[in-house]
Amino acid sequence: MSRSLTLHLGLIAVLVALNFVLPAYHHGNLARVMVLAVYAMGYNIMFGYTGLLSLGHAMFFAAGMYGTGMSIRLMEMSVGPAFLVGLAVAAVFAALVGLLALRTIGVAFMIVTLMFSQAVFLTILFFNPVTRGDEGFVIPQPVRQVAGLDLSDPTIRYFAALTLFAICLLALLWLVQSRVGRVFIAIRENEERARMLGYDTWAHKLGSVVMSGTMAGAAGAAYGVLFGSVGASFADVPFSILPLLYVLLGGPGTVIGPFVGTLFMFYLRDLSSSLTDAHMLVAGVVLVLLTLYARRGIMGIVRERWLKWLP
Amino acid sequence: MAALTLLSSHGLSRHFGGLRAVENVDFHLEEGEIRALIGPNGAGKTTLVSMLCGRIPASSGTIRFDGQNITRLPAHKRIRLGMAYTFQITSIFAELSVHENVLLAVQNRVHSRRAVEQEVAVALTRVGLLDRAGQTAGDLAYGHQRLLEIAMGLGQAPRLLILDEPTQGLSDGEVQAFIALIREVAKTTTVLLIEHNIDVVMALADKITVMNFGAIIAEGTPDEIHANEAVQAAYLGG
Repeated sequence: MSRSLTLHLGLIAVLVALNFVLPAYHHGNLARVMVLAVYAMGYNIMFGYTGLLSLGHAMFFAAGMYGTGMSIRLMEMSVGPAFLVGLAVAAVFAALVGLLALRTIGVAFMIVTLMFSQAVFLTILFFNPVTRGDEGFVIPQPVRQVAGLDLSDPTIRYFAALTLFAICLLALLWLVQSRVGRVFIAIRENEERARMLGYDTWAHKLGSVVMSGTMAGAAGAAYGVLFGSVGASFADVPFSILPLLYVLLGGPGTVIGPFVGTLFMFYLRDLSSSLTDAHMLVAGVVLVLLTLYARRGIMGIVRERWLKWLP
Repeated sequence: MAALTLLSSHGLSRHFGGLRAVENVDFHLEEGEIRALIGPNGAGKTTLVSMLCGRIPASSGTIRFDGQNITRLPAHKRIRLGMAYTFQITSIFAELSVHENVLLAVQNRVHSRRAVEQEVAVALTRVGLLDRAGQTAGDLAYGHQRLLEIAMGLGQAPRLLILDEPTQGLSDGEVQAFIALIREVAKTTTVLLIEHNIDVVMALADKITVMNFGAIIAEGTPDEIHANEAVQAAYLGG
């Protein structure tokens, strides 16, 4: 077993163990952090590995969340199939957005993704009678069940979140060390060179967007069924900035970084909101400090200094 | 040995706005030769070669590679047909290791993990960088970065290796090693070389093509080119 596989399985083992020792408050937080970390890992595929900076990832989170939530609400699907619908909606939507947005690069790409995401947000508000607009809706507790397990039960919720997190973490670990993952990294480093080594860089970028959007959608769908609420605020601009922040803090282009970043940011926000209402100010200050002093993020620095093999 | 035309262009032109960077070029490259493409700065050498390998589209004309019309083929597909291009300005993956740089060149063609590693080692050995495989590419000395580019070209096992000013900035010793390396490579690969260093050209080229003002003004063996008046005029501005 390689060092990196050991490290990542070790993290999963620690998370399993924490279920039994954490007090209720932090136990609940950690379940939320794991789901948000899946969102950040998805974001990292595009941003950290392929070098595509999206400012509209909330649209993919919301696509998964609403794909699942609406299937439950309008078609009375059970959670399992509804989750798959959420994944499919996010994947198809990511492919469409990718096809259009990848015609641009750099700053234009950032703006186009931001605009698409705003369009999704406004669409949710516009169809207020169906979506319940910015009020959102609740997925009632009796519906939130998979195979007879009550997803609103803290322990089951924790393990459901952990299962999704572990699958995504290991999938990502495999991806970034695979042939395709190396091409993503090559595109990030020098797209023209990658093209002149015979890689269809456009197709790889599209693949990156679809994988990234689908993983973000999986996080959205899971968030809806695990915490029971579906709302337009999950499609709004701040929610697009969050994964960027998580990834920048944890370490872009590291498999474990998004989790570390999400955990830090979550508790930073938690601590600061007990002191002030302006918790987005804390996010802003962190972003500025990161850009100035720690561009590689926590795990990026760890890799640079100590663990050169960290994928 | 009956020479086969590996690469040819017919009426190939590229205009940038009003500037005719390359105008109506008919170019033939035979399998197995080392061809040098020379000419004053701005003659259109890089533009011509960029069209041949697909980095930029042609304004008009056709390009054939191994008998197939590739004029409209995107660059990555041309590369897969067996072309390799090394950049005039060193273009490597600076943040990745030397090993990973060559791995990216090899893995597109070879699939089994063991065969890939073997070929990476072979390519690095040929340019003498095997002992630096673990180093970050961007940390290499300039001359070594140029060699890494060539190793990436070799890793692609191309039928045609296009080198855009490969010896620029190399020391005399490095240039000599480069000449020996290309002689070795040319046993199995056709080489098209844009080069300013006339000693390298004379040492390597079977045939020389001279460009000026976007057109081919002369073509022939090194001796013929040496004696050609149009070439003298182009270089001396006479």
